[in-house]
Amino acid sequence: MKIETASQGTKLRIYLSGELDHHGARSAMRTIEDRISAYLPRDCVLDLGGLSFMDSSGIAVLLKSYKRLGQIGGRLRVENVPEQPMKVIDASGIERLLGVSCLSRPGDAARDNK
Amino acid sequence: MIKETNSFKLEFPSVSSNEGFARAAAACFAARLDPTLEELGDIKTAVSEAVTNCIVHAYPDSIGRIVIKGRTFSDNSIEISVRDWGKGIPDVEAARQPLFTTGGDGRSGMGFTIMESFMDRLRVRSAPGKGTTVTMSRRLTPRRP
Repeated sequence: MKIETASQGTKLRIYLSGELDHHGARSAMRTIEDRISAYLPRDCVLDLGGLSFMDSSGIAVLLKSYKRLGQIGGRLRVENVPEQPMKVIDASGIERLLGVSCLSRPGDAARDNK
Repeated sequence: MIKETNSFKLEFPSVSSNEGFARAAAACFAARLDPTLEELGDIKTAVSEAVTNCIVHAYPDSIGRIVIKGRTFSDNSIEISVRDWGKGIPDVEAARQPLFTTGGDGRSGMGFTIMESFMDRLRVRSAPGKGTTVTMSRRLTPRRP
């Protein structure tokens, strides 16, 4: 599990890569929370493009990030979700909680720029 | 008649670094059935959920034993069971409900829901204090003529 961030103004982009399971979720969450607290972004994107695997532990990470952003008045988007993590997100129904617009599939860049 | 074509048994301690090992092993075993990438991902995900449940819920304060058994059959189906000898689940019906969790805010409560939706059948047998066995099966799309 590797996490990298890029920021520009009030925007923060967090790139997750590798396998996001229970084993890696706790430290991933800590890192994500640290970055959000440090940058206090208005718009935060979790870019899942590099994830090779995600299970329901990843759902908890997405939900917690969403709540943390809510606390600081920011918005969370989840982008570039590969197929396997997307299927887990679909099965969990988290789209209904986050709002479908929070999610985009690879190649949906046009929608991101709206 | 449907015949068993292969089987494996794997035992390991309930440390979280074994989650990746367990799902990779199950995927390697399933690969003999020539699954699609999506089917392989489904099996990996379901096994990951079952093993994570053992680590988080069956043995919350100790390291215990987890045994995974797998079987493949001549109808291109696979059955995988994940067994522990931990705390057990007092109310299996409740535990299988979406969003149900006793695991605190690091957990989503979606484990059983994902196992159910990614596999064809899921059976959970559990007794408090004795442990839990989750058995799941899935028939894979035959690709060879």
